[in-house]
Amino acid sequence: MDIFLQQLVNGLTLGSIYALVALGYTMVYGIMELINFAHGDVVMVGAMVALTALQVLTGWGLPPGIALAMAVAMAMAVCMVLGLAIERVAYRPLRRAPKLAPLITAIGLSIVLQQLAALIWGRSYRSFPAVLPADSVSWHGVIITSIQALIIVLAALLMAVLLLLVKRTALGRAMRATAQNPGVAQLMGVNTDRIIALTFALGSVLAAVAGVMVAAYYNVGNYTMGFMLGLKAFTAAVLGGIGNIPGAMLGGLLLGVVEAMGAGYIGDLTGGYFGSNYKDVFAFLVLIGVLVFHPNGLLGSRAREKV
Amino acid sequence: MNARSRFINWGAAVLVLALPFATHALLGQGWVRILDFALLYVLLALGLNIVVGYAGLLDLGYVAFFAVGAYCYALFASPQFDLHWPLWVLLPMGALLAACFGVLLGTPTLGLRGDYLAIVTLGFGEIIRIFLNNLNAPVNITNGPQGVSLIDPLHVGPWFLEKTYHVGGIEIPLVINIYFLFLVAVGLAIRLSQRLEGSRIGRAWAAIREDELAAASMGLNTRNLKLLAFAMGATFGGVSGGLFAGFQGFVSPESFTLQESVMILCMVVLGGMGNIAGVVLGAVLLSVLPEALRGLGGLQEFLFGKVWVDPSNLRLLVFGIALVLMMLLRPEGLLPARARQREFHESQ
Repeated sequence: MDIFLQQLVNGLTLGSIYALVALGYTMVYGIMELINFAHGDVVMVGAMVALTALQVLTGWGLPPGIALAMAVAMAMAVCMVLGLAIERVAYRPLRRAPKLAPLITAIGLSIVLQQLAALIWGRSYRSFPAVLPADSVSWHGVIITSIQALIIVLAALLMAVLLLLVKRTALGRAMRATAQNPGVAQLMGVNTDRIIALTFALGSVLAAVAGVMVAAYYNVGNYTMGFMLGLKAFTAAVLGGIGNIPGAMLGGLLLGVVEAMGAGYIGDLTGGYFGSNYKDVFAFLVLIGVLVFHPNGLLGSRAREKV
Repeated sequence: MNARSRFINWGAAVLVLALPFATHALLGQGWVRILDFALLYVLLALGLNIVVGYAGLLDLGYVAFFAVGAYCYALFASPQFDLHWPLWVLLPMGALLAACFGVLLGTPTLGLRGDYLAIVTLGFGEIIRIFLNNLNAPVNITNGPQGVSLIDPLHVGPWFLEKTYHVGGIEIPLVINIYFLFLVAVGLAIRLSQRLEGSRIGRAWAAIREDELAAASMGLNTRNLKLLAFAMGATFGGVSGGLFAGFQGFVSPESFTLQESVMILCMVVLGGMGNIAGVVLGAVLLSVLPEALRGLGGLQEFLFGKVWVDPSNLRLLVFGIALVLMMLLRPEGLLPARARQREFHESQ
């Protein structure tokens, strides 16, 4: 039972991060039906910017709390600009192109971002400055570190704000309208170009926060860190039903928990034949299983075939 | 066929046959090796083209079939289990095994639409790679991350490809032998693709690609046809895998990452989905370009007198930028299929 609860906490932490990144994929997909392959690398840029900013700011003798807040803000700003630039350069010119063309530009941009990061920050792993207190609370044998608590709470807060934004504000209504039918939304006076750009900006800001979280959680940052994370987050978005915002949140949390449980239990379940290095296999098998029975993801609406 | 196009065809044939010798003489072994790999990528891209270009199914885990073929050859023709089966058994076996995996992957998932299918294929590719990476315990099958080495070289009847032959004073080393073997394979693959495209099956695939509902209404068994596309594409992957293992003499899970799948997809889309000439061009271009860009370090030294930017970073950076630019300039691919091009320009 202790292992179960401990893995649940670890899974929820990881899942919160997946969920934040998955939101970026799902929002862009909802509006443009496009897999933004460069999104994982935006997360990486967010992490690396925050990492550098933190090193500089603490070097100036700023208190850790303020330095961290400023670093996160800087990462968010940089990623927002990056997201807007990606949309402008790689996706807007191809909006009427065949469906796979933007996929290739996205892959190209992903390579470009990774190599630029390698040029700026080098190829080696960089450690994240220890600004957060390393305390932990122990409850019935379950250890929750302060970083874990912070990640879960902050992610929940951001997701709540996003849901309010999408469901309750005029901007959110415009976003939903654009997702449903861009042509009609435009006729109703929605500036769809601006809404699409804004969606990219929003997703990138969330990605920046997620990037800082990952770097802080694992204590490292590297120019390739966005790849696997992006892959997992995209999987999470599909698991929940791509294009569906609550679905991405659910999918993220679920994938995180499934992975953690896999890491904790595969060894016992298979009598020691397979170890925790199969946790990704486990996660993907769950994905395939879910999609076989729910072809549109857990919360995705059944797409009607247009005749 | 008029005299002019006949002349062009003969010219192209002579060029393709003379290319490895000229490259060997002018640029050395390394570049002939790059040509060999370019041909291997052509084979892979033609296989993926069946799935993506003909049947319109987005497959992001294609490299899994390549891996199955490669490991099939590697395990049955190496000291790993002390088996040394001949090529003529192992290539069909690898192809069949890959096709089985294609059906295995396709059966539960082909009801999925577009991008859901893409993520499932991606997951499948990762699953295969993780298994290859970890199946060294409890029983050592794949030798884990170290991979399988000392794989038997390719022998085609009396033709020992690892030997250097001398014909009329011209030296024919391993890399040129391989070039001709791969060339034959590519020629067969092109012919097969052409025949498939115009066949009843090929036309059925096109119908499914354009409108699945309409195709099903016309009485096509869409599920079986899609499975066939998967299996057929996988077969190409399996054969290329066997050839790859025999040529390299070594396989490890590192050769079968998602990036590899993505790169093959880029070749298909960038060259022009569904068009054989386009796919061949895309594969050659994207496999030679990164190697050609290795020269950037030397170019920097020549221009500025010293190396300013790490050439290995710069190489990939330029490659990424080239990918984006090519796609922006020709969204329908470099040599698009005629039907697709018409479609694209009509919708504008």
